[in-house]
Amino acid sequence: MSRPAPDPPRVLVELDGVTCHYGEEAVLEDVDLAVRADGFVGIVGPSGAGKTTLLRALMGTITPTSGRVQRADRLAVGYVPQVETVDWHFPVTVAECVLMARTSGRVLPWPSPAERREVAEVLDRLGIGELAQRHIRQLSGGQQQRVFIARALLRRPDLLLLDEPTSGVDVRTRHEVLHLLGELRGDGVAVVLTTHDLNGVAAHLPELVCLNRTVVGAGPPRDVLTPMVLETTYGASLEVLEHGGMPVVVDPVAATTGAASVDGVAG
Amino acid sequence: MIEQVLSPFQFEFFVNGLVVATLAGALCGLIGVYVVLRGMSYIGHGLSHAIFGGFAASSLAGVNYYIGAGAWGLASAMMIMQVTRRRIIAADAAIGVITTSSFAAGLALLGFFGQTGRGFEAALFGSILGVGDGDVVAVAVVSVFALAVVLLAYRRLLFATFDPEVADVSGVDTARVDALLMFVLAAAILVTMRVLGVTLIAAALVIPPTVARMLTDSFNRMLVLSTGIGATAGSVGMIASYHLDVQSGPAIVLTAATAFGIAYAVTGGGSRRLRHRGRVADPPPVLHEAPAPPVPSGAGHPRP
Repeated sequence: MSRPAPDPPRVLVELDGVTCHYGEEAVLEDVDLAVRADGFVGIVGPSGAGKTTLLRALMGTITPTSGRVQRADRLAVGYVPQVETVDWHFPVTVAECVLMARTSGRVLPWPSPAERREVAEVLDRLGIGELAQRHIRQLSGGQQQRVFIARALLRRPDLLLLDEPTSGVDVRTRHEVLHLLGELRGDGVAVVLTTHDLNGVAAHLPELVCLNRTVVGAGPPRDVLTPMVLETTYGASLEVLEHGGMPVVVDPVAATTGAASVDGVAG
Repeated sequence: MIEQVLSPFQFEFFVNGLVVATLAGALCGLIGVYVVLRGMSYIGHGLSHAIFGGFAASSLAGVNYYIGAGAWGLASAMMIMQVTRRRIIAADAAIGVITTSSFAAGLALLGFFGQTGRGFEAALFGSILGVGDGDVVAVAVVSVFALAVVLLAYRRLLFATFDPEVADVSGVDTARVDALLMFVLAAAILVTMRVLGVTLIAAALVIPPTVARMLTDSFNRMLVLSTGIGATAGSVGMIASYHLDVQSGPAIVLTAATAFGIAYAVTGGGSRRLRHRGRVADPPPVLHEAPAPPVPSGAGHPRP
């Protein structure tokens, strides 16, 4: 007697034919996407493709002009913004920044002993516990990224959304961030991130969505990172090689001229 | 010497003025932290000009200043907030249109009906003459209210100021927080206008937090420092105003500006800690050297 197949993980957010406009201009058109509780999804696409808007639609901070967004009950979402949007001169220490996430419960400005412990624990977990009293501008790129992941984690999210978490960081930091996100996903936090880095980030993720206002392709990198999907997504002719069982996207124009025509693509 | 310094304290009007100026400086220093960190300095400057229209209209209509100018200021603040949130036209241009129109309306009303003179000048540049018990009570009430708002909404105000988009996602009603801040700002300008003057309130809102920012990297310490610097500038400026026979507004602002000059000379314009400590290097990696292996699929499921 065969055992019944386990139920698939529950859907946290589902977009059904979602279209979003900024003014007259459509930024997303007829997007369908479901993010499950075990999801680890990368969203790739050219600048202006609607990647950040798609994150906003998942968060619920933008109202679609048409289509439907369904969220699981009591869904806790953590959001890590692009580091370029952060005011690094703002007078907050690492601990103050992380504590911002605690918006309900205690009214008083200063943290309770339990909140201090929670902040210390999450910072320790991310390896930046000793930096709690540092100003956020005094940190390296990787440390800054971890501060904002810590702030999102303090909300104990079911779904963690990250906008370009590896933008402008070195290879080692990129590895650290990806590994950390993999660990979080193993702990039951669904992860959705945007990236321009096809080879350094996207190819390592289990699921990709190629976006150019609408979903051009979706699935595992091997199925999505194909010349046809990439050309439709980026409007550029790209080659795909295989290395160690993983797709490697090569830009033949960059290879001959030495210039990169598509971010995060080998030339 | 000491007798000479203390001589104005025998006059009730001076004591009232000193209390109001100290509270006004502290109030502007407290609210100014949010004004500066949100890049709202122009809104503060514009709002004081907008309230001048309400001052003119209420004085001509014989309506209590706090009621007439308060309603006018609140309406202006809400209009500014709506315009800046909608982003249809550039915020600074919209604020310029709303506030200068209101200021011009005030000037036109006073010019047309011929009511200029001391009250007019006092509104523009500040004066301790005419500061009565009612003004002391008004500034005290608004100061207590502002302090209560800052304490009780501390976390939401901080989050909405630092990172409004993420604050929205994290359960902070940023529209409500913005409205609350605009209300407190309008109330602060309303009750401090007679001492500081329309044209100089912006300086009282901006200079103390700017000085405080140069002295600390911590938000809560900046709040305390800015409030203290504002209060000190208010009291010292008021005493200087009496002895030098200049209007209270310029005296208070020049006192704050002197504090700015000293802080700038000492810190070089940046926070002391940042200058001394600089940016740190990455710590040893806490995670493994290799990127995370592909996680089993079944993650994002595009709908068929």
